[in-house]
Amino acid sequence: MNWDTYDTWTVVVGILCAVACALPGCFLVLRKMSMMGDAISHAVLPGLAVAFMITGARASVSMFIGAVIAGILTAVFTQWISKFGNVDRGAAMGIVFTTLFAIGLILIRRAADHVDLDPGCVLYGAIEMTPWDTVGLGGYQIPRAVLVVGSVLVINLVIVCLLFKEFRLSAFDPDLAETLGFSSNFLHYLLMTMVAITTVAAFEAVGSIIVIAMLIVPPATALLLTRRLVPMVIVAVITASAAAVLGHMSALTVPQWLGYKSTTTSGMMAAASGLLFALAWIFSPSEGIIQKMLHRKRNLLEFGITDGEEPDRVQENENL
Amino acid sequence: MNFPEFSDILEVVTLRNYNTALVVLSTALLGIASGLIGAFLLLRKRSLMGDALSHATLPGIGIAFMIMVSLGYSGKSLPGLLAGASISGIAGVLLMLLIRNTTRLRDDVGMGFVLSVFFGIGVAVLSMAQNIPGANAAGLESFIYGKAASIIMSDFVLIAGVAVFASIASVLFLKEFTLLCFDEAFARSEGWPTLLLDIFILILVTAVTVIGLQSVGLILVIAFLITPPTAARFWTHKLTHMLLFSALFGLVSGWLGASISALIPELPAGAVIVLVAASLFLISMMCAPARGVIPRFLRQSRLRKKVDRQHFLRAAFELVEAQSNEVDGSVVNIPFSWEALLKKRTWSAKKLKSILRVAQREDHLEPAGQGMLRLSEPGFGEAARVTRNHRLWETYLIKHADIAPSHVDRDADMVEHILGAEMVRQLEADLSKREVEVTMPPSPHQIQQSPAPTES
Repeated sequence: MNWDTYDTWTVVVGILCAVACALPGCFLVLRKMSMMGDAISHAVLPGLAVAFMITGARASVSMFIGAVIAGILTAVFTQWISKFGNVDRGAAMGIVFTTLFAIGLILIRRAADHVDLDPGCVLYGAIEMTPWDTVGLGGYQIPRAVLVVGSVLVINLVIVCLLFKEFRLSAFDPDLAETLGFSSNFLHYLLMTMVAITTVAAFEAVGSIIVIAMLIVPPATALLLTRRLVPMVIVAVITASAAAVLGHMSALTVPQWLGYKSTTTSGMMAAASGLLFALAWIFSPSEGIIQKMLHRKRNLLEFGITDGEEPDRVQENENL
Repeated sequence: MNFPEFSDILEVVTLRNYNTALVVLSTALLGIASGLIGAFLLLRKRSLMGDALSHATLPGIGIAFMIMVSLGYSGKSLPGLLAGASISGIAGVLLMLLIRNTTRLRDDVGMGFVLSVFFGIGVAVLSMAQNIPGANAAGLESFIYGKAASIIMSDFVLIAGVAVFASIASVLFLKEFTLLCFDEAFARSEGWPTLLLDIFILILVTAVTVIGLQSVGLILVIAFLITPPTAARFWTHKLTHMLLFSALFGLVSGWLGASISALIPELPAGAVIVLVAASLFLISMMCAPARGVIPRFLRQSRLRKKVDRQHFLRAAFELVEAQSNEVDGSVVNIPFSWEALLKKRTWSAKKLKSILRVAQREDHLEPAGQGMLRLSEPGFGEAARVTRNHRLWETYLIKHADIAPSHVDRDADMVEHILGAEMVRQLEADLSKREVEVTMPPSPHQIQQSPAPTES
């Protein structure tokens, strides 16, 4: 494995991105909206197309704003449909993002008659390429992606720290939050805006697959390891960083075991987060499969019961 | 955009053009099958399953390609890729079920996990496959983005076969799937193999998804599985009707969308079909009589008006009753003041004014001069009837439902407005056995009197 500064920068970008996603991801998972990242990743297309049609250029700022607006609209429409139409939120999300994507596809077809506007290359950055696209900052050459993703991370961190109590309350008991005077709606849309900004910024910098994976998998891993919110956020952040490091390392090494040269880092980061999830799933001291098997065995030895059977004690009590 | 000639429209709509006919028939059949299967997914709150599943097919496609290349085949043979896609799709589904059944994570996390991790592995595998010298792996990713416009006969046979199979299976297993959707715990306690049934539904979903993916593309498959069933849900409360509606919506969006796209070549078929389905959804959500937004709003506002009217009449009657001389138990229709009426209930002055306007229009109310109001003759009769209903109902609740007299007013308030004439007659008959010759039974509790609380 040849490691150089480019690899270091790739991993740094990966970690920043993973942590920036894991923070809002914890609350998404707790609110049963894990699929939001995927929905937004498809739904930004019309935003990109409209921004392109208005400005006529592929300037990244206007594209960014268009995509973020489309992402927020996804959340808003989903909320409306599920509230007014009484529709399951997953279904509402699915309808909204497929429709927005279809509109985007048609717009792009019409816009791209003249200019090359390939959804693939506008939308999906590649994390391996980030170290080459640098900007000067204080005398150093820093990858642009570090700045973009880093500032998103800072914004997310500040919002989560400032509104931690409110987010916690509205994640676990939205009704109580509402009665105590925190607007659940405001927090919901704030979270959705965070997710939209994070998703779009990270797409453009490193590609969509890392974002979707890091929004869901590290928080899910953390949920298997703890039942408290603060440790959950911390574990999710650690898992996300570990997945980023592990992902890039395995992108360089794993294909060589099979006789190939190397593979994409973004795919392997998602795969690495899956691996960490699997480890937690098997070995978690509270929820793990092994722990559950041991527990079952102990029950069997102690009470002579297996799953699905009523303990003898209960029947004795009934006879009394 | 130039609009097509009428003769072209006729040719496409009546399926006379061979190529268009294949595309239209394929998408329509796929619409029916996914409409049926999607209905069960919707009821299990797993609509995004198609999304997770279609992303989860990617590693299978890559691995199948690699295996076929290493065995010396072309690597892009359709059956091989389809098999690979199905296997990894089913693996994803099983993993999702396993996560759901062995941890406390919910369906959405399972789906998101499978989607992102499998897709990530798929991207990594495809990137490796592209490095294989001599094998042309370019365009493998586009396998899941479909090619609706270029469906050929062999594709059509495949699509039709799977769609018909999935449709027949979901009709044959209607009872079992219904049970699973509505009460999984009951199904298990009755001895049904719920896990197997669950897997069977998901295998049907996988079949439809994989076939749909390579023919019409990722987004369309996802939309086909979600949008028609959700639209159908607005039209009916019965599952069988919902399935029919859902299949119909799938059929219409596939047929109409593919036809429009055939007529206007700039519009990609998949996108148009999604938009047709979305329009059907929007119309259903707004206008469907059973659960649509507008009919529901109308029903609610009608009920609110009825409740307001009855509240006003009863409040007025109770005012009159308290003020009139009860010589022989009869109540005389005398005027009452606006302020007294306002204090009778917690309604705002604005609200009361609008209620009074309606009452005047209905000829229940007439002005009596000097800021006083008076019930008209028909209004007085109606008020007596409403009050009588309310009291009968209160009495019923106290006697038969064991509700404390101090609470009965509010409970009666909530229920009396929906009492039908039939029910009232039954109650009267019930109660007249006990209360002899009472035309207006006295209120069973103290009526809160304002503005003079000293009266009590």
